[in-house]
Amino acid sequence: MSDKMHIKLNVNGKDEEFLAEPRELLIHTLRERLDITGPHIGCETTHCGACTVTIDGKSVKSCTMFLAQANGAEITTIEGMGEPDNLHVLQSSFKEHHGLQCGFCTPGMITRAAKLLEENPNPTEEDVRFGMAGNICRCTGYQNIVKSILAAAAEMNSAKEAAE
Amino acid sequence: MIPAAFEYYRPKDMEGVLAILEEHGDDARVMAGGHSLIPMMKLRMAEVPHLIDLQDVEGLSGITVADTIRIGAMTTQNALINDAALEAAAPILKEAALQIADPQVRYMGTLGGNVANGDPGNDMPGLMQCLDATFHLVGPEGERDVSARDFYEAAYMTDREDEEVLTAVSFPAPQGGFAYEKQKRKIGDYATAAAAVQIVKDGGTCTGAQIAMTNLSDTPIYSEEASEALVGTSVDDAAIKAAIDAMLGDIDPTEDNRGPIAFKKHVAGVILRRAIERAWSRA
Repeated sequence: MSDKMHIKLNVNGKDEEFLAEPRELLIHTLRERLDITGPHIGCETTHCGACTVTIDGKSVKSCTMFLAQANGAEITTIEGMGEPDNLHVLQSSFKEHHGLQCGFCTPGMITRAAKLLEENPNPTEEDVRFGMAGNICRCTGYQNIVKSILAAAAEMNSAKEAAE
Repeated sequence: MIPAAFEYYRPKDMEGVLAILEEHGDDARVMAGGHSLIPMMKLRMAEVPHLIDLQDVEGLSGITVADTIRIGAMTTQNALINDAALEAAAPILKEAALQIADPQVRYMGTLGGNVANGDPGNDMPGLMQCLDATFHLVGPEGERDVSARDFYEAAYMTDREDEEVLTAVSFPAPQGGFAYEKQKRKIGDYATAAAAVQIVKDGGTCTGAQIAMTNLSDTPIYSEEASEALVGTSVDDAAIKAAIDAMLGDIDPTEDNRGPIAFKKHVAGVILRRAIERAWSRA
């Protein structure tokens, strides 16, 4: 067993500090150590995207990052995006447009979609499909996921215009 | 899936990296984005007692565009896709990078990791051979350069010594038309066959061509003969057929879950034809 490392993270705006083995995978840190269970373990092999979180401005599959690599990073998970009584636009859009069925992939979908819309606020349907290609859903057939994201983009843009 | 325990290092400079590599030899490995290495460590198919994370090492990322284009090893696929100067000077990089893995992986995956790992499924080695790139290595004896066309020996076996690190790639700004064409079973898969093609056109005649193939041998394959089959022609059907025949003589695919050998050769021909036609149309 290797020595434990002194780890510092900022997760959803909160500083966390603890000792851990470098080989711990970030998804396990989030779910088991910090009780942040929005990011899910789907495939554990970098394919499905259910564990997607935002790390220092990048969408990352947290099953494929050692905790040691994330040391010092700022991390946002679905828990950092909205509250049950104050949903993020993407969350309410997924609800409105039936962007989920079983919901297992949804936290990863929404976390990834938020980054996609930040980088490309006016995506075409093709942009959305290509930009979401790292997230797998076995229920919906993607149609309503794409619809939810496009509707959220439109809503975010009209809110931005109204604010200007 | 939990990997075996390891010691983790995050040195700030290359001297620190080389010191750890020299001290631990085979037991130490450098990691860039980790998206090839971590899955292998989770499966316990790779054991790395001393893991050196390159993320804090100064000067390993960035893109310089001039007559020679230089790209730092830690430059991510995502950065390659979003660099306007690189897109203007060498658009084949973006075209290829967009066909690698998926968005999340491209934020982490690096050009250096992709070329240094030696996985015949990786796309950048073939592309680097097409572009006649030079790989810049540093080790205890200092710096040295290796041509991408001489770098690959077998699957996961390259000219890089255990105590050396690939720091950058450089290549002459490509001329003419380009295409990176890849057939894959699904997003995120490695190629069943892929082709990187650059073609120079003067009047209606091809005056230069560079063709490399991916995942059709245990190394990327630069096909000199396929390239030469196009030069001096109008890239008509006969010339394309000659190039495909020459390429098929150079590759050596094996049967796996992407198909039997005959199928792979068939797909290689289809993909190369598409790549040549698209590169020619852009030349």
